[in-house]
Amino acid sequence: MKKSLVAITAVLLAAGSAYAQDTVKLGMVAELSGAGAPSGTNWRDGVKIAVEEINAAGGILKKKVEVTDYDTQTDPQVSRAMVQKAIDAGAFAILGTVYSGSTLVNMLVAQQNSTPQFVGSEAPTIVQKGNPFVYRTSSGAQKGIPALTPYFKDTLKAKKVGVAWVNNEFGKGGRNVFVEEMKKAGIEVVADVASEQAQTDYASDVAKLKQANPEAVFVYMNQEESARFLIEAKKQALPMPLIGEVTLTEAKVIELAGGAAEGAIAHVGVTATATDVPGIGAFAKKFEDTFKRKPTHDAIKGYVGAWATKYVADMVGKLDGEAFSKKILGLCLKAADYPKILLDTCWDKTGEMSRPSFMVQVKNGAPVVIGTVPAN
Amino acid sequence: MSQFLQVLLSGLATGSIYALAAIGFALVWQAAQTVNFAQGEFVMVPAFFVLIGMGFFGMPFWLALAFGLALSMLVLGYAFKKLIVEPILPHGGITLIIATMALAILLKETVKEFYSAEAQPFPALFSNAPMNFFGAAVSIQDILNLIVSLSIVVVLTLFLNRTRTGRSMQAAAQNPAVAEILGVNVKRMVLYTFLINAALASLAAFLITPVYLAKFSNGETIGLIAFIAAIVGGFNQIRGALVGGLLIGVLDNLTATYVTAQYRAALPLVLLIIIILVRPQGIMGTSEGRSV
Repeated sequence: MKKSLVAITAVLLAAGSAYAQDTVKLGMVAELSGAGAPSGTNWRDGVKIAVEEINAAGGILKKKVEVTDYDTQTDPQVSRAMVQKAIDAGAFAILGTVYSGSTLVNMLVAQQNSTPQFVGSEAPTIVQKGNPFVYRTSSGAQKGIPALTPYFKDTLKAKKVGVAWVNNEFGKGGRNVFVEEMKKAGIEVVADVASEQAQTDYASDVAKLKQANPEAVFVYMNQEESARFLIEAKKQALPMPLIGEVTLTEAKVIELAGGAAEGAIAHVGVTATATDVPGIGAFAKKFEDTFKRKPTHDAIKGYVGAWATKYVADMVGKLDGEAFSKKILGLCLKAADYPKILLDTCWDKTGEMSRPSFMVQVKNGAPVVIGTVPAN
Repeated sequence: MSQFLQVLLSGLATGSIYALAAIGFALVWQAAQTVNFAQGEFVMVPAFFVLIGMGFFGMPFWLALAFGLALSMLVLGYAFKKLIVEPILPHGGITLIIATMALAILLKETVKEFYSAEAQPFPALFSNAPMNFFGAAVSIQDILNLIVSLSIVVVLTLFLNRTRTGRSMQAAAQNPAVAEILGVNVKRMVLYTFLINAALASLAAFLITPVYLAKFSNGETIGLIAFIAAIVGGFNQIRGALVGGLLIGVLDNLTATYVTAQYRAALPLVLLIIIILVRPQGIMGTSEGRSV
């Protein structure tokens, strides 16, 4: 009896080992519940579509890709534990997280294990910590706001602008970059209006902007604050263009602000509404057919992260985190050669990403691409 | 001038909505000699009842408002009185106050569980298009919010002072024993008070949520400001709650516009300290003797 059990165990272990060698494991660690769920679930679903396509195309290094989902509950400490769990389970690469607060905590675990990690986070500090294993799937905020300068200077030909920002780390960082950029461009900031996080009443903020009468206002707030600001701006008939970076035209802001979001303009790294780009159009269609809803930019980021893992691992020729890191830092992928990367994309020596981006405007309740911004 | 007019109007509109919630504090104080620390959540929950009516039952907005009002009066008025106030009040006012704090947490977490921590959109009762008022573009929504809130306060005051039921409610609040001897059904009058409080909270919710957005944590801000407004105006006077609400709404906006936006959250607390030091009974309140 004992001999039989040992024999069965040995056979199972051998089979498991053989199976493990035939698969490449990826750990999808994202905000599947809690406040970050809208971002995390989109990221996950983008990864799902990519993995299906990768397997249909022969997998990574001719091995089938197996992806396991790990929920961070939008909690940085849980995200750290989940990244460790994924690595312990044999994940070759980590896909996630989206929230910067989580990524800043969990990326150390991936770094200690020399595990490549593609993240959807955009906080500048993520790629400034010398971690060679963390790579973006969209440009950081320090690249996004400067991309807006030509729009204020050349398109709007503004001489004086206002800035309305939320007084937290996100808002302060964005406001400082914007003010510096305007100074360089010779544009005067005539109204600098700070508001508090979770502020509900924007009557005085909008009244101050109206009184200063700038030619355009840069709005840099989180989603709910952006929506409340837009509602108040509509109430008080704020006449000048309202321009933001990513958040202002996000689906959640449009849903919350309703008609008040109409006309708002923002610079976005990537958008599913850019259907003129062949890869993005095909992805958006497949996503909508599969999940019966429109993809967000987080879904595209997840998709790009999974495909980048395949492309780079195939180039390296083996599943080696160190070699993967050496290959991707400084790498450029042309969409013509690597179509699933969607747009010509480069990663610099810090893991920061550069690629063309878009200007969008809310028209008839949906963001519409009104221009393309070259990679910076 | 345009800026001052808009800021003043916005302050009055928001303040009048605070006043509706503050009146609830005054009513419950008079009916049960206690403070309902779940009053802010009583303003948050009706908005979600409306969203349930629209999302779950597919009701049009106007019907969902009626549904939200009726459900609020049933849950936050009748059930609150029967299940929390009546069983706990005999154990003392402090016990009941702690129970209302627990109720606030329960309501908040329940809404969070079902509707997540994210804000939800809420349709506006009135158009948010601006109108020209003496050369300044002002919000129609603000004007109508102000008119509706003030009208509700006027109707409530007339009801309490000019109708038999209203006077019976006042008698029951002032001296329940004597009122009972005089033939007033005190229990029913107290129930009316709780139902009116729930209705006022619902109306405040319907007016303020289109601007604040429907979110589980809305009650924290509204409850605190309404509580301070009730104390500043005079806890035992309905007109005091109105004055307190309007005063805080206007001062908050004027301070944020002309003095500092960073310390606007501190203003109601500063006002509270000044009133407690200078006129503890509140601007419109009357002194009450209490035995310990």
